[in-house]
Formats: sequence, C-alpha cells, structure tokens
Amino acid sequence: MATMTYRDALNEALREEMDRDPDVFLMGEEVAEYDGAYKVSKGLLDVFGDQRVVDAPISELGFAGLGVGAAMAGLRPVIEFMTFNFAYLALDQIINNASKLCYMSGGQFKVPITFRGPNGPALQLGAQHSQACETYFLHAPGCKVVTPATPADAKGLLKASIRDDDPVAFMEGELLYNFKGEVPEEDDFVIPLGVADLKRVGSDVSIITHGKMVHVALQAADKLESEGIEAEVLDLRSIRPLDVDAILETVQKTNRVVYLEDSWPYAGAGAQVVSIIQEEAFDHLDAPVLRVTQADVPMPYAKNLEALAKPSVERVVGSCKKVLYR
Amino acid sequence: MAKAKTNTSSEAKTKDVLARHGVTAKIALELMQEMLLYRRFEEKAEESYAIGKIGGFCHLHIGQEAGAAGVIKVLQPEDYAISAYRSHTQAIAKGISPKAVMAELYGRVGGISSGKGGSMHVFGRDARFFGGHGIVGGQVPLATGIGWKIKYSGESLVCVCFMGDATVNQGGFHECLNMAAVWELPVIYVVENNEYGMGTAFDRVSKTEISTRSVPFDIPASSVNGQDVLSTFEHFHNLTEEVRGGGGPRLVELRTYRFRGHSMSDPVSGTYRSTEEVERHKEESDPIAILRDQLFAEDVLDQDTLEEMDATAKTISAEAADFADASPMPEPEALYENVWAETNAHGRLFFDGQRT
Repeated sequence: MATMTYRDALNEALREEMDRDPDVFLMGEEVAEYDGAYKVSKGLLDVFGDQRVVDAPISELGFAGLGVGAAMAGLRPVIEFMTFNFAYLALDQIINNASKLCYMSGGQFKVPITFRGPNGPALQLGAQHSQACETYFLHAPGCKVVTPATPADAKGLLKASIRDDDPVAFMEGELLYNFKGEVPEEDDFVIPLGVADLKRVGSDVSIITHGKMVHVALQAADKLESEGIEAEVLDLRSIRPLDVDAILETVQKTNRVVYLEDSWPYAGAGAQVVSIIQEEAFDHLDAPVLRVTQADVPMPYAKNLEALAKPSVERVVGSCKKVLYR
Repeated sequence: MAKAKTNTSSEAKTKDVLARHGVTAKIALELMQEMLLYRRFEEKAEESYAIGKIGGFCHLHIGQEAGAAGVIKVLQPEDYAISAYRSHTQAIAKGISPKAVMAELYGRVGGISSGKGGSMHVFGRDARFFGGHGIVGGQVPLATGIGWKIKYSGESLVCVCFMGDATVNQGGFHECLNMAAVWELPVIYVVENNEYGMGTAFDRVSKTEISTRSVPFDIPASSVNGQDVLSTFEHFHNLTEEVRGGGGPRLVELRTYRFRGHSMSDPVSGTYRSTEEVERHKEESDPIAILRDQLFAEDVLDQDTLEEMDATAKTISAEAADFADASPMPEPEALYENVWAETNAHGRLFFDGQRT
C-alpha cells in the first residue's frame, strides 16, 4: 500500500493507461504546459509529448466533440473539463453523439471516451462554478457515470473508465484532490465499474452516497456513534452502472435509509435510488427514505449562506435520527 | 430533366471539357452513372415515403447529386466522410449498398444501421461513412476528431465533412475551424450551399459570403459550381492532394440547389421560394443534364447509352425498395441492443424495469 493524494492517484492512473495503450490521449484546457488547472496532469507532457497531452482552446463543445469523433475513429480519448460546470457547453456532443452513436448506428460505432474533471461545489466559487452535474450525464442512456471519493477508488476506477468501451463521465472533486489515502501498489490496480463499496459497516441506518459526500457521511457516522447509533455508509462509486444488489443488501440489513448527495433534490441520483428502493425493497423499509441534498437554490457566494446550502454533518445526523424516529 | 442543348456556341465551350478538367471519359461516365443512381434512388425514396413505407423525416438530395459524386468519388476507400441528414446519396457514393440504405429508410433489419437510425442516421463503418446526423452542425466536431485521429496515427488520409449553408452560423463550426487550423488537421469542410437553411435564405441570416467564414482562422477557402460535377471532381482532386499528408484543413463552398422541399413535409415551392425560381434551376442547373450535354458534345455518350444507364439506375433503385420491403422489422429484443458497447460484469445499466 502506498499513501498518496487523490490527485496523485489520478495522475498515476493516467500515466499507466497512457503507457499501456498508445491510443489513449488527454485533451483539455491547461492540461499540458500548466500541468492541469488542478495539477492532475502534472508531468504528463514531459513523458508523453504534445500529441498525447494536448492544450485545447476554450471550446468545450468543439473539443468534446473532437474527442467523440476520434473515439469513433478508433482512439481512446480522455477529455478533461476544467470543471463539469463547463461541460454543459458540450452536452449536445455528449448526449446526442457520444451517448447515442452506438445505438443509432446499429452497433457499428463504439465511443470509448472518458470525460473527466472536478464536479460539485468547492468553496465560495459562486453559482456557476458549484454545480454537481451528475444528473445531466445519468439521464440519457448511453453514458456511464463514476464518482470516486478516495485515492484508491480514483485510481482503480479511472483505469477502468478509460478501458470501458462506452462514454464515461468520471466525476472528481476539487476538495478531494489533496485528500490522502492508501492505494494498492499492485501492478495493474483496476476497480470494475458497477461495484459499490461499504465504507463503514453498521446496523442501525444506511447512509447511501457517492462522491465527496462519502466523507461527510463518515463524519456523520462518527457523530452518530457517539450517540449509540451505528450507521452503515455505502459508497456507490459508480452510479451508472449501479450496484443495485449492494443497495438492496444494506436496506435489508438496516431497514432505514438516508441518501446523501451534493446535487439538487429534483431528479438527482438520489431520487433514482429512492425509486429503486421503494419499488424493490418496500417491505424492508421501516421508515420513508430521506434525502439530504444541496438546498434547492443556486449556490450563493456568502460563506455562511454557502454553508447553509451544502449538505452538512448536522443535516445528515438529523435525517438519520428522523428515520430512526428518535 | 431539361432537354439536351444543341446550341453551337456552348458546344465550343464544352468541347475538350474532359481534358480541361483532367477527367477521363471513363471517370466521367462513372460519375454520370452515379448521379443517375442517386437521382432515381431519391425518387424511389420519395415514392416510398408517400405510400407510408418511410416515416418521420426524409430529406432528399435531388438536384445536388454532383456534390455527392464529384466529391466522394475523388476519395480513396480509406478516407472518411461524414455528413448531416441529407445524406442518402453520400452514403451510397461512399460505398454503402443502395439496398442497405433503403432498408434503413424503411426501418428494417437489413438497414445499414439495423433499422435503429432511419433516414438521418445512415452509418457505414466499413465504408468509413460516419453518418448521418440530425443536429445541425453536430457532425462538424466529429469530423474534426476524425481528422485528429488521422494526424495522430500518422496516416495519409483525409476526412470530408458535408454540411448545409445554415450550419456556418453554429458556434461549434467556428470552434472546429479554429482547432483544425491550429492543429493542421486533414479535414475538408464542405458547405453545400443550396441557398436556404430550411426555409430561410442564407443572405437573411448572414452579412457575408460563406467563404469568408474561414478567414479568421487562416484556412484557405474556395467556392465551386456544385452543379458541374466535372468542375467539382477536378477541384476536389486537387484539394485532397493538398490536404493529404499535411496541408491542413480547407473550407469549400459548393454552390448548389435542391429541387425538392427541405424535407418531405415541405412543399417544393410557393412559400419561401417561388415556383419560377425552382423551375428555372431545374431547367438550367440540373447536374445530370449539364454533364449529359458535356458528354454528348465530347462524343463519349449518346442518348441510347444514357437511357441504358438510366434504366440501370432505376432497376437498382427498384431492387433496393423491394429488398427493403422484404426485410423484416427488428425483433423486440433489438430495442435494448447496442445502447451500451460494453455490458459491465457488475451493476445495472437499464432502469425502466423491463431489463436489468
């Protein structure tokens, strides 16, 4: 096991995949000479050269679509969005092209592209830079969505995402890049898509979550433990394909669920999980499934308002107690 | 089709036309056969649509055949082509069989996209025809990516990207010209200017000519009479030589005209364009009639041979329609096929409760 930051884990994953497969290239704003806006691609330009680590102009629709075309033609692009907020400019290429080309062509074309970058709120970046964008990539069939919360998950899942033959939205988090954790040192450490991870075992209530909210969930679980409540934290890791078996297993175990995410409530990933739970595990529930999400408002700038908007440990603890009727 | 011209002064102009364009008689006759095939195929599709065999949108290329033949027949088989939705003829030109194209229009299993795409989504991977796209300009970044792949792989190929006149107002078009220029990608952006973006005349939505669109990006632009297949062929023959192996991108305006409405839902004339205008174009700028007159003047074609070629075109088109009609509709299971190129070993991909 090696201890490294989430950022370095991603860097290793990119390095290994680019080394392994000459068809893999990285394109995005500032990925080459700047070493990446968040330094995820640090050092890659020196190793792989400017044909494989490419600084793009500020043309998200253009370079996302360029990636899709290159993928159709046989390459395996990694397209970085400086943040997923900017990916909205490229949604036509992602939804109408990347997600649908395999189907519309009767299976003739596959689009093995990975769209990656930070997703979700950071600190006081304002309404346009703070969006958790999962829903837009989840909604249309044809795109996979992966949300690693730890360095190990980041490395293993990025490698799997790059190797996957479908478009994958690989959603990181600015606030996670400095987070340190243990990463297996095996030769080719890959975590398959579609497998959730129990980050904490418990028996009283299940907190199901994805992305950086895993850490809020774990903090909430610690708080609950001091009050004699043992919470289980299920990190979905990949929300499409979705590990429904793991979800149903934890529901059957604790009978009480809180879904935690930092996106908005209407049609978030959590809403989909709630739908699955009530449809497929209704008789195992002892309480309604509650969700803790961002407040249903654009993210405000003022520090105190932002703190109120984001899911907090207190809100998670409160919802867990509510489903326990305490 | 317009009657053969017998004007002697135009005969002087058309004599030696093959030599002037650097096109052999053999190629010119192939181009004639191709254009006849496209014309009769599209007419057959029109008939089929009218009797309900083809549904949804159907955008016919009648009148614009020289743009398909004159451009695509220049290409090597490994070169790439991509287009928008007025693309049945381009798909055939690139090498997809008329039967497979017609069956796709009919939504049958024998369609080149297995009936899953329809008229606007004719794809042929082996033929290197990358579609068939419904969103105006959606194909332009894809073409740019194909150009990227060619350069990345060190290949000596080109990618031809067809689009309509109205496409040059899409933002993505500009983003792509810029990237193609900066990275010197081997893409030829071909604007089929048939003067109307659906019902809107181009000069109502642009202060400048199409060929000025590439000036800010320092991409050489050219304009060619897209109704003259020999000029078009010659132009693209020279252009692909420049672009292949490192000449960078090009923008070409093909001046052309469509003899039918925007789609099957749009009347031929009488709304945004006058019947007089359409009739004039049919009389004076039918690409098949233009080539016919040139080849008659050159004595490489006569009326009898032309009629034989036309009969062949009609036969192929009729056989395509028969094939399409006999091809079955897809099985219900096909609904869920090819949504995902890779079904992961773990996790659920479908959420409608019908399929896990």
